[in-house]
Amino acid sequence: MKEVYLDNSATTKAYDSVGKIVAKVMCEDYGNPSSLHKKGVDAEQYIKGAKETFAKLFKVQEKEIFFTSGGTESDNLALIGTAMANKRAGNHLITTGIEHPAIINTMHYLEEQGFRVTFLPVDQDGRVKLDALKEALCDETILVSIMYVNNEIGSVQPIEEASKIVKAYNPKIIFHVDAVQGFGKYKIYPKKAGIDLCSISGHKIHGPKGTGVLYIDSKVKIKPIVFGGEQQKNIRSGTENVPGIAGLALAAKTIYESFDEKMETMRKLKAHFIEGVSKIDNTMIHGRFDESSAPHIISVGFKDVRSEVLLHALEEKGIYVSSGSACASNHPQVSGVLKGIGTGRDYLDSTLRFSMSEFTTLEEIDYTLDTIYNIVPMLRKYTRH
Amino acid sequence: MRFHTFLLKYGEIGIKGKNRYLFEDALVRQIRYALKDVEGTFSVYKSQARIYVDCEGEYDYDETVEHLQRVFGLVGICPVVRMEDNGFDQLKKDVVAYMDEMYPDKNLSFKVEARRAKKSYPKTSMEINCDLGEAILEAFPETHVDVHKPDVMLHVEVRNEIYVYSQIIPGAGGMPVGTNGSAMLLLSGGIDSPVAGYMISKRGVGLEATYFHAPPYTSERAKQKVVDLAKIVARYSGPIKLHVVNFTDIQLYIYDKCPHDELTIIMRRYMMRIAEHFAKADGCLGLITGESIGQVASQTMQSLAATNDACTLPVYRPVIGFDKQEIVDISEKIDTYETSIQPFEDCCTIFVAKHPVTRPNIEVIQRSEEKLAEKIDEMVKEAIDTVEVIEVTP
Repeated sequence: MKEVYLDNSATTKAYDSVGKIVAKVMCEDYGNPSSLHKKGVDAEQYIKGAKETFAKLFKVQEKEIFFTSGGTESDNLALIGTAMANKRAGNHLITTGIEHPAIINTMHYLEEQGFRVTFLPVDQDGRVKLDALKEALCDETILVSIMYVNNEIGSVQPIEEASKIVKAYNPKIIFHVDAVQGFGKYKIYPKKAGIDLCSISGHKIHGPKGTGVLYIDSKVKIKPIVFGGEQQKNIRSGTENVPGIAGLALAAKTIYESFDEKMETMRKLKAHFIEGVSKIDNTMIHGRFDESSAPHIISVGFKDVRSEVLLHALEEKGIYVSSGSACASNHPQVSGVLKGIGTGRDYLDSTLRFSMSEFTTLEEIDYTLDTIYNIVPMLRKYTRH
Repeated sequence: MRFHTFLLKYGEIGIKGKNRYLFEDALVRQIRYALKDVEGTFSVYKSQARIYVDCEGEYDYDETVEHLQRVFGLVGICPVVRMEDNGFDQLKKDVVAYMDEMYPDKNLSFKVEARRAKKSYPKTSMEINCDLGEAILEAFPETHVDVHKPDVMLHVEVRNEIYVYSQIIPGAGGMPVGTNGSAMLLLSGGIDSPVAGYMISKRGVGLEATYFHAPPYTSERAKQKVVDLAKIVARYSGPIKLHVVNFTDIQLYIYDKCPHDELTIIMRRYMMRIAEHFAKADGCLGLITGESIGQVASQTMQSLAATNDACTLPVYRPVIGFDKQEIVDISEKIDTYETSIQPFEDCCTIFVAKHPVTRPNIEVIQRSEEKLAEKIDEMVKEAIDTVEVIEVTP
């Protein structure tokens, strides 16, 4: 059967080259990078190389790159590590109401530890309200965390403006960006954008699962959240995942090749898809369709269709998509993001997320559209009444 | 303490007259099956109206007991220490050492209960009782003998070796699976049906199961959940042949043709018919459901009668008089609860009317079903022909 994978915001297929380098490092260059002998030194080369890669892509220093087990750990380290290290300066943290659970739930944990957290509202397009940010800032604020691209509806946040507001209020406030969905779709330069901490994940960019990066500006005071052999300057103990890091760096390099063409293609496919899906009555595209929306994510509500049923119906035709955010989808619950942007009840439980990658083709999009044209009217016929 | 053997006690099957060997053989078979995946080498055998499991070499005691406790037909599991027969003086020492290790707190009453399978042993049972009792009293003056209600009943069985045990771990009860034919369980992903299957199986009945899958309205995970539940029930019942029936077309057809408030009843009648088909084909002697009177609209007395009317095999409903909480308690005990409450509930709710009939009239339902005459037989045949059979083992 035909396979059309449109769930790239959940995870991506690794590049073949990534699979090869991971296998090679695992089976051949398997040394512990902390070992003194040649095997160790060989392994360490991959980590050095990966740091160099990310330092170049981010235009930052190599010593500011730290490897983690993925987006969730990067977010945890960023929030808990800086909150704990800076708590004498204040106990107020700010984030948005539409963050990934890796941020939201970490913030709830910090609330239990005595921090006060403000969750900023978003507008109907899913962009954080900057006025609310201005109002929320106070003398006690030590950290602001805003995502680059929302994982459910693809809204792009006004990162640079937000950073300017924060730094104008108090340059000591740390500004963290969860760029798990943004990296590989936007060229991110933390120094220029005023970002102090930036989280990315390997498996969203055709790299291995279980890999991630946290960029930490050298000025930022941060404490570790895991303890052990003091690897990575004691910020992140634990033997480095050398095969994963090698694969992650290669994936990052690869995704930056012909970057603009890839994004242009995705934008065209997105426009084509939206045009096609809008032909069906009673559908709704969440978020705006312009530069304020990521090129790879399309969130569509189909009135009177249960998203899970449509998802499985598409699955029968070999098309894989998500309802809500797949990372949390094993607990079917109404999406906080959709509620946050004021989605009506008719669409809350009826929304699917289609997310593309550079491998998505026009033919796949047309096949998906044709399938939707066939299935949606059938499903609408059998609704509960 | 290292136990070398388990002496297994069985209850009801002891009274089955000339058929007894059939029950014992089934029990031995079920015990072997239960121990199949336990680390260790076990030999299971019958001897003088008892069943023994000898454990050779290293084995995992806790896991062995856990698995034996799942075997229907066993009422007690006694871990036995086997002692070599090196004369009575040595036996006294060994028994005293046994008591010392098993009961660190010696403030207890005991009774020695000897039994001689080897009649050539130089002492009679009574003499063994007295002399071993004396030896224990001498070694541990805090203990005392109570022949009526002892805290510790110390069994000493003289065979080629001497078997000593004092603990009886409760077994699952019931009767060995395979001694009462088999039945077809209508297995959903809920809490009740796995419990129903467990309860019928406890009476010695082998299980098959039928699950109705309705893609895209039910997900692959909902199906996996049913397989997982069958796996847990199979720990007790032995292997389960699970029939997965694609029910979507039939559901949609009923939805198209029949009054919506009767949907659930009519749907259930077709489920019974299809399950009965597989039951008869495999020689099952009945159907099993997890229904409980009044729990939902489709389980009122009238609804049950309407469902019952669709098939000819007897339908066993072991939880019929149970409250939900009582069913939950059993599901927790048999370890199906956590799986049952996973949230991949069937999206079938889409087909449930807001106000389904609670007092269906069989004749009215039969008339509604006539509206399906054109295609339903063909669709049922198609569902039967395309069944997916999964052999589920624990």
